[in-house]
Amino acid sequence: MLRGLWKLTWIEIKIFLREPLGALGTIGIPVLVFLGAGRMLGRTAPASPAASSFIGVGLPVLASVLIAIGAVLSLVTIISIYREGGILKRLRATPLRPQTILTAHVVVKLLLSAATLVLLVLAGKRYYPVGIHAPLLGFTVALLISTWSILSIGFLIASIVPTARFAQPIGALIMYPMLAVSGLFVPVALLPPVGQAAARVLPLTYAVSLLEGIWKGDSWWAHTHDVAALVVAFAVCTALSAKVFRWE
Amino acid sequence: MRPVIQVSSIRKTYGSTVAVDEVSFDVNDGEIFGLIGPNGAGKTTTMECIEGLRRPDRGAISVLGLNPIHDVYELQERIGVQLQQAQLQKRIKVWEAVDLWASLYRKKAVDGERLLEQLGLIDKRNAWFMTLSGGQKQRLFIALALINDPELVFLDELTTGLDPQARRAIWDLVRGIRARGKTVFLTTHLMEEAERLCDRVAIIEHGRIIDVDSPASLVNRHCPERSVVLATDDRNAAERFRTIPRVESVVSSNSSGNSHSSHFTIRGHGDDLVTEVIHCLSENRIRVTEFRTILPNLEDVFLKLTGHSIRD
Repeated sequence: MLRGLWKLTWIEIKIFLREPLGALGTIGIPVLVFLGAGRMLGRTAPASPAASSFIGVGLPVLASVLIAIGAVLSLVTIISIYREGGILKRLRATPLRPQTILTAHVVVKLLLSAATLVLLVLAGKRYYPVGIHAPLLGFTVALLISTWSILSIGFLIASIVPTARFAQPIGALIMYPMLAVSGLFVPVALLPPVGQAAARVLPLTYAVSLLEGIWKGDSWWAHTHDVAALVVAFAVCTALSAKVFRWE
Repeated sequence: MRPVIQVSSIRKTYGSTVAVDEVSFDVNDGEIFGLIGPNGAGKTTTMECIEGLRRPDRGAISVLGLNPIHDVYELQERIGVQLQQAQLQKRIKVWEAVDLWASLYRKKAVDGERLLEQLGLIDKRNAWFMTLSGGQKQRLFIALALINDPELVFLDELTTGLDPQARRAIWDLVRGIRARGKTVFLTTHLMEEAERLCDRVAIIEHGRIIDVDSPASLVNRHCPERSVVLATDDRNAAERFRTIPRVESVVSSNSSGNSHSSHFTIRGHGDDLVTEVIHCLSENRIRVTEFRTILPNLEDVFLKLTGHSIRD
């Protein structure tokens, strides 16, 4: 099962970095949102308590969720390009196990998410208006769990996109509305009933709750249900993907 | 000796489309076996069933004594595969692809650098896949198919889209694979390729095998006709030609221009026809200004068996 996994992962990382625009976009956007919006809000509304709370917690979490969503969109795009080009099929015509091929991509995305978070924190320590005072190790783990969970949605999306051309837009169309009802901008309790129902079944809500909590310094015990929900989402999406995933 | 590949009565449908039906053939150890037919005839489907990439709806396949569905990973260890229209990651380097493939097999891989050298790719070892020419890509895919020193190599439409020069170079490589004692199973819609490369071919059309034999035997069995075309100004030539044994028809056509000579097409059966015509010419001292033979090939066999050209 592990044969070829590390070599494939390493090659995929190198290939990703060889496409400067894609790499820059995936890594750069969350960092830019984090720093840009933070400085803008920090200058214009320093006195408002809502704004300062958003700068202190909401914005870092938003940037982190953007990291996770970026990972999902990038995964969807890569998988659909690989399928369209027959690369997935070519890899299957070897002793490689299908799980190994997909695991390599998940590992690449997780490493990339962690690297982006490190970059975000480093930049934040220097330029962020209110500074960063979160338990970073715990937060990194929380982000990795969240990313890992919603990457399984990525495989589902990758199964339904007809061609690589539509991968990014369809992925965005599915992922960003999840963000709207995730509780990040408006608390879930204040959403209309339909929004609340949607929020309860979408894994992004639990990812946001977990990330916010850990950022604020909550204990993991207070968020076991979030972690459990993310694990369930992963299990459900993976099981579904296993049924509908197309290799060619 | 036990055949390397045994296919018996397989059938595969996609929805309501029957891709292959009642397909059966054997491939022997050490031969280059070609599955030939027009696009959409079921060549790739058949090949991918044998490789374990597709599951036939019915029928049985044995490859190297293995079941391609149940023993797919064991089978992949022992075969080399080149897929039709496959790509690699755009920005993977040639040496990285070879290195990755070498790490996927239990068995120790062959020397990748040497393989690249043999395939004329050593100068390209640091090039990205997307920068390679069509011929270079195909040679890389051959390298990947040979990296595990397989007993059996599958090549699907290997030279499609290549220029004639690159095509000939690839043919030499394939003969080289056979020379190393390996069995080659290939598909092609190019009759010339099949004729020059394959020890035996199976003709497939509309998902069914029409005939299996060596190219020469297929031609002899299905198209025994031979033709001689010549030009002469001898006025009695036609009379003489009609007396040649085995001649079925003599058709003359006056050539255009101001020359007095006529063109004759002499049709008959069997390999002796050409000798007989030459004999007649020398015996009657008929002076000819042009002489050529038209021998049937696999293309004609296909036309005869299916009623249409393979290019239609």
